[in-house]
Amino acid sequence: MAAASGLVRRPLRQVSGLLRRRFHRTAPAALQVTVRDAINQGMDEELERDEKVFLLGEEVAQYDGAYKVSRGLWKKYGDKRIIDTPISEMGFAGIAVGAAMAGLRPICEFMTFNFSMQAIDQVINSAAKTYYMSGGCQSVPIVFRGPNGASAGVAAQHSQCFAAWYGHCPGLKVVSPWNSEDAKGLIKSAIRDNNPVVVLENELMYGVPFEFPEAAQSKDFLIPIGKAKIERQGTHVTVVAHSRPVGHCLEAAAVLSKEGIECEVINMRTIRPMDIETIEASVIKTNHLVTVEGGWPQFGIGAEICARIMEGPAFNYLDAPAVRVTGADVPMPYAKILEDNSIPQVKDIIFAIKKTLNI
Amino acid sequence: MRKMLAAVVSRVLSGVATQKPASRVLVASCNYSKQATFEIKKCDLYRLEEGPPVTAELTREDGLKYYRVMQTVRRMELKADQLYKQKFIRGFCHLCDGQEGCCVGLEAGIRHTDHVITSYRAHGICIARGLSVRAVLAELTGRRGGCAKGKGGSMHMYAKNFYGGNGIVGAQGQLFEAYNMAALWKLPCVFICENNRYGMGTAVERAAASTDYYKRGNFIPGLRVDGMDVLCVREATKFAADYCRSGKGPILMELQTYRYHGHSMSDPGVSYRSREEIQDVRSKSDPIMLLKDKMVNSQLASVEELKEIDSEVKKEIEDAAQFAITDPEPPLDELGHHIYSSSLPFEVRGANQWIKFKSIS
Repeated sequence: MAAASGLVRRPLRQVSGLLRRRFHRTAPAALQVTVRDAINQGMDEELERDEKVFLLGEEVAQYDGAYKVSRGLWKKYGDKRIIDTPISEMGFAGIAVGAAMAGLRPICEFMTFNFSMQAIDQVINSAAKTYYMSGGCQSVPIVFRGPNGASAGVAAQHSQCFAAWYGHCPGLKVVSPWNSEDAKGLIKSAIRDNNPVVVLENELMYGVPFEFPEAAQSKDFLIPIGKAKIERQGTHVTVVAHSRPVGHCLEAAAVLSKEGIECEVINMRTIRPMDIETIEASVIKTNHLVTVEGGWPQFGIGAEICARIMEGPAFNYLDAPAVRVTGADVPMPYAKILEDNSIPQVKDIIFAIKKTLNI
Repeated sequence: MRKMLAAVVSRVLSGVATQKPASRVLVASCNYSKQATFEIKKCDLYRLEEGPPVTAELTREDGLKYYRVMQTVRRMELKADQLYKQKFIRGFCHLCDGQEGCCVGLEAGIRHTDHVITSYRAHGICIARGLSVRAVLAELTGRRGGCAKGKGGSMHMYAKNFYGGNGIVGAQGQLFEAYNMAALWKLPCVFICENNRYGMGTAVERAAASTDYYKRGNFIPGLRVDGMDVLCVREATKFAADYCRSGKGPILMELQTYRYHGHSMSDPGVSYRSREEIQDVRSKSDPIMLLKDKMVNSQLASVEELKEIDSEVKKEIEDAAQFAITDPEPPLDELGHHIYSSSLPFEVRGANQWIKFKSIS
């Protein structure tokens, strides 16, 4: 299941103004856009809007992007705005940070965030901390983006989730889009933000089409960084997730709904600064909390959410301890049966929800 | 009595007839040369007074061995391509067909006790370093018979004195740090660049300020080698290894080679280079073809004999592939094993706090 959505290219079905009839104002039929195209659109619009914005990374220009996310951009904007780099993450991340300090607005692509480890010193020490260290003198308006977390069969060195690592650092903003709307709105906000923003995309989501609301089709469509979204209202349990697992949570919610359990599913959208208020308000309503993430359990996103819930008003409303659903605490194995059991599956989410509801 | 004798004789005769063709070959082997000397391309030298010899002696035995191993690697990679398209192999798969001269020539020039490490395009070196085709293919299909028990996959195969197979590459800064320390401390280290002209989809001219990689060790001497000629690679490797063993410090070897496949199975390999270029290399510089021509033309082997080896290799690959797709996946309860070495058993957390896996070293 996991592999299929990434490998199968679903055709873009575009049904737009053609269906609008002349004398009656009917709502346009739903536009379907893949996450890949949404990111592409977002970057394209920001490149057009501000000539200081540029994209650099491996294979982003002439190859159209390793995962085709930057398809067509080099053809449109040329060598000065879309730059192919040698395979030197530490080097080109450093160059990007320098460019941001000097007044440009770079989008630095890591082919996957696993490779960002090669450059992490630049992300943290040169980008994240600088505004603070300089007493507010030097800002670093940079975006680091790329696919994060598990893919399909790419094994231990290519499957790590960096949400907790980057979410740990003050000075960084970290966002994690799930669907196309998230992807476009968040990349645009990230590019316009004057701070270093890490955008954790997901390779398996790139090819997945979603309904694209009319608002999202605007060139000024922005999703605020630091605000979560309630994807599904519910009353019995709050289920919080980011990135691809949001889809799994909605699937679990659909299954449980048939059993009379209504889950409130929250799409975090931003890891840092975390929108704990939305989660708290929901827990106060439902009295139960389950967090879901792809990364490792220890010191992870779920761990932080649980800690903050305990520190705030929602603790007194919990009827049971909060439960975390995470990746297994192992380096990602290659064999399919082992890999499938190393990431949170829908059945694991359902199990956790029932456990916390004592069902 | 006569009947029994006839039966015995016929059994013996039929036994001879069904013996492996090798017996026929042995009889005819007195028609072959035991060894031959070939001219090999002179290596470009950097900071070296002398280089490897410009001739190489090849014994019949060695020639047959190199041919067999190169053909094994070639066939195995093509089988991997097929298995990937049939979805038995998942994730990343970086094939090295075209570069067989490098891995076989390297192994021919060093000892089993020397240590080797490389990048993800490692299947060839795995075979050269002694892993069986079965172990490699079963690892690619993620089965318990794989050399990493199915847990590593294509990029994470290890063997004695072979440290993988690594997925994170390209760190040029780290490379120069390594050059510095190796030279500073005179470490016996051969740095090898398999220059196949492209870094993923980018030609070397677009990524390197200087494409004379053998000179980029700066204070480290280097040589540029024809990576498509297994004998050239062997002689250069011997030379480099001797250089290091004599205490002179590190040395750099650039092997000029070519990969027929794209960067990985998800790269068709023709958006950044032409089919004509690939075909040109294949028809003029294929390492297996070059060795075959050498051996046949100097009576080290016959065309038929080499064809025989081709059949044997083909069978070996087929058997290994069959094993690779029928061997079961690793058992689920081993998911947590091998986190730590030399450790008492402990528990590993699964997708939630109620799912636990035992972890054994």
